[in-house]
Amino acid sequence: MITIDQLKIGQTAVVKEFKDDFLSLKFIEMGCLPGEIIKLVNVAPLGDPIAIEVSGYVLSLRKQEASTVIVTLLNEVVLNKTN
Amino acid sequence: MSTPKNTYHIALVGNPNSGKSTLFNSLTGLTQKTGNYAGVTVEKHEGKFDHNGITFSITDLPGTYSLFPKSIDEEVACKTILSNASDKLDMIVIVADATNIKRHLLLATQLIDLKIPCVLALNMIDEAEKQNITIYKNELENLLGIAVVFVNSRKKVGLEELKNEILKAKVSDSIFYNFEKQAKAFPALKSYKELIDLQFTCDADESKLIKQFEKEDNISRFYKLNYIIAKCVKKPDQLNKSISQKIDTFFTHKFFGFLFFFLILFIVFQFVFFVADLPMTWIEESFASFMNYAANALPVGELNDLLVNGVLAGISGIVVFVPQIALLFFFITVLEDTGYMARASFILDKVMQKFGLNGKSVIPMISSVACAIPSIMSTRTISNWKTRIITILVTPLISCSARLPVYTLIIGIMFKDEHTIYGFSYKGIVLMGMYLLGFAAAFLAAIILKFVLKTNEKNYFIMELPVYRMPQWQTVGMLVFKKVKLFLFNAGKIILAISIVLWFLTSHAPSNVFAQLEEKAIVLNTPSDELNAQKLEHSYAGIFGKKIEPFIAPIGFDWKIGISLITSFAAREVFVGTMATIYSSGDSDNTETLREKLASEKNVVTQAPVYTTAVCWSLLVFYAFAMQCMSTLATTYSETKHWKWPFIQLVFMSVLAYGSSFIVFNVLK
Repeated sequence: MITIDQLKIGQTAVVKEFKDDFLSLKFIEMGCLPGEIIKLVNVAPLGDPIAIEVSGYVLSLRKQEASTVIVTLLNEVVLNKTN
Repeated sequence: MSTPKNTYHIALVGNPNSGKSTLFNSLTGLTQKTGNYAGVTVEKHEGKFDHNGITFSITDLPGTYSLFPKSIDEEVACKTILSNASDKLDMIVIVADATNIKRHLLLATQLIDLKIPCVLALNMIDEAEKQNITIYKNELENLLGIAVVFVNSRKKVGLEELKNEILKAKVSDSIFYNFEKQAKAFPALKSYKELIDLQFTCDADESKLIKQFEKEDNISRFYKLNYIIAKCVKKPDQLNKSISQKIDTFFTHKFFGFLFFFLILFIVFQFVFFVADLPMTWIEESFASFMNYAANALPVGELNDLLVNGVLAGISGIVVFVPQIALLFFFITVLEDTGYMARASFILDKVMQKFGLNGKSVIPMISSVACAIPSIMSTRTISNWKTRIITILVTPLISCSARLPVYTLIIGIMFKDEHTIYGFSYKGIVLMGMYLLGFAAAFLAAIILKFVLKTNEKNYFIMELPVYRMPQWQTVGMLVFKKVKLFLFNAGKIILAISIVLWFLTSHAPSNVFAQLEEKAIVLNTPSDELNAQKLEHSYAGIFGKKIEPFIAPIGFDWKIGISLITSFAAREVFVGTMATIYSSGDSDNTETLREKLASEKNVVTQAPVYTTAVCWSLLVFYAFAMQCMSTLATTYSETKHWKWPFIQLVFMSVLAYGSSFIVFNVLK
């Protein structure tokens, strides 16, 4: 199980589910919902917060918040399909 | 629009960064009014325009991502829509960013479900075209059930069409919420609007159900939107890596990012501290000569004194802040408008978060080295309520420019220019130390407040990094103008009232004490500055100063300092002027004589020097921490719309100042 905060810059993933009820509502209205493809595009110079590209725009969030979003790495999704 | 009316009320609703304010400015121009929503620190913008002989009154609501609010700003937006939906709101103009249409349409579908007449303004249509995004207007109108207008609010394209469509606005036939699911979960509710209403009045169990519904409902809305987008929007498959992300690699760079940030700070600081000084001096001098003129032109007497030394002096003390406020707001608005402020928050969040602050607190805090008033006003850009309140409360602890004359005078008593260490002047080192002390106290207070202040608002930092844009000069100018107006009329009123009270206290005495002093002065041929000193000593302020002596003696202050503490509540630098009057050293600009007088002041009984090192340090620390500024308190009130906050600010800063001075004085004594 991998969460957004564990992604490296440039990695893409698919949102799977949320661990925090309140934050899940916020993420959903920001267009970051299950099935959506996200990409880690930036990490702040001090390591936190981070920025992801989602639904065609860039969203910044703290690592702690990112750790509540479970994702599947995109290359894994592709692999699973081909298998 | 069934029955014709004289005025129709429109609400402008949209996500943050949808270009809503620019559209609002383009529609309403100079008819705008700015106010506050009752009880909250959220600004209310209203304006109007005429079209085809009908007047439209338009309210620009705070940006919100959905009708389920997650911050105070959003709550204001939602509640305003709901409470006015039945009578005071005739239609909604939904503003959406055409380049990011899917997320912006989530709110649109929710608003459509409220069954209020709506029009969708698809803003930034020019940028969408540049990115090769094609939107099929007719299909979109059919699926949403409302009129869609392509708008470029910056270039004022599509405004006439938008006004025409507003005239014809109707309730959509489309329904986006899952009414079956809602009926199952909330059988008593007859509409989607009732559900939105319920979230503000419901109990914990219902709240849980509503959150569950919100989650599923929003997900299903996005699925519907996916279909709509597939039908109505053609986008290039591979979005070229946006210019914004390239710029970000510089602005959020480990080295250049911070370098650029400090460069920005440096420029802002230069302007607010030094450039603002020119118009400020000009304002003060103009007022001084006008006061001089008025004093001579008007008949001598009580009214003359009140008008000149009470009212005019008070107004001068208000207007003098305008250059700093205008300049700081100019910079902050430009930084917001271009999208840079979000990046500043991004790179500094980790540090500021520890203090209960965030990246947006940095510029207000640094600016308060010049003056706390524009800084407090600029905290409106902080969307999190708790962070905003903490920033407002701790900002006045940072040493502002009004403390400088006080510091200079007192440091001058303790150290001579010849006092150096490794070639550095003691005076300079102590002065720098005072500034550092201010910053340290502000951050320390922030940490304490972080744990003390309780809020229901969730503290999260999920924030859009908007694309970089050129600032919209008209919008910037309008905002600066509105801020200055807001200050003059809101905080200004309070400052004027307190100035008049202070004038009364210093220029009046019980019974006819002044007359007796004047008679005696004629007999003894007392010089006028000595007479003024005697008058001040016997005025109400003087009496208070003496009354508080027992309370301030433990921190080393006598009644003379006591009087100055009272008068310098108008502004800290008044301390120097009052001391000059008390010590009858004449011209307050000539601090040289005052400093010598203070340095040689001896206790009448013991003949020991009064201004010992202990007293000086105690005074320095006191002025660093004490809330000796009515204008700041007035601004805190006008920004928070609650007397509780200026009161808390006054109490905690006074306790801190008294406590620190007590320790300093007794350790050094």
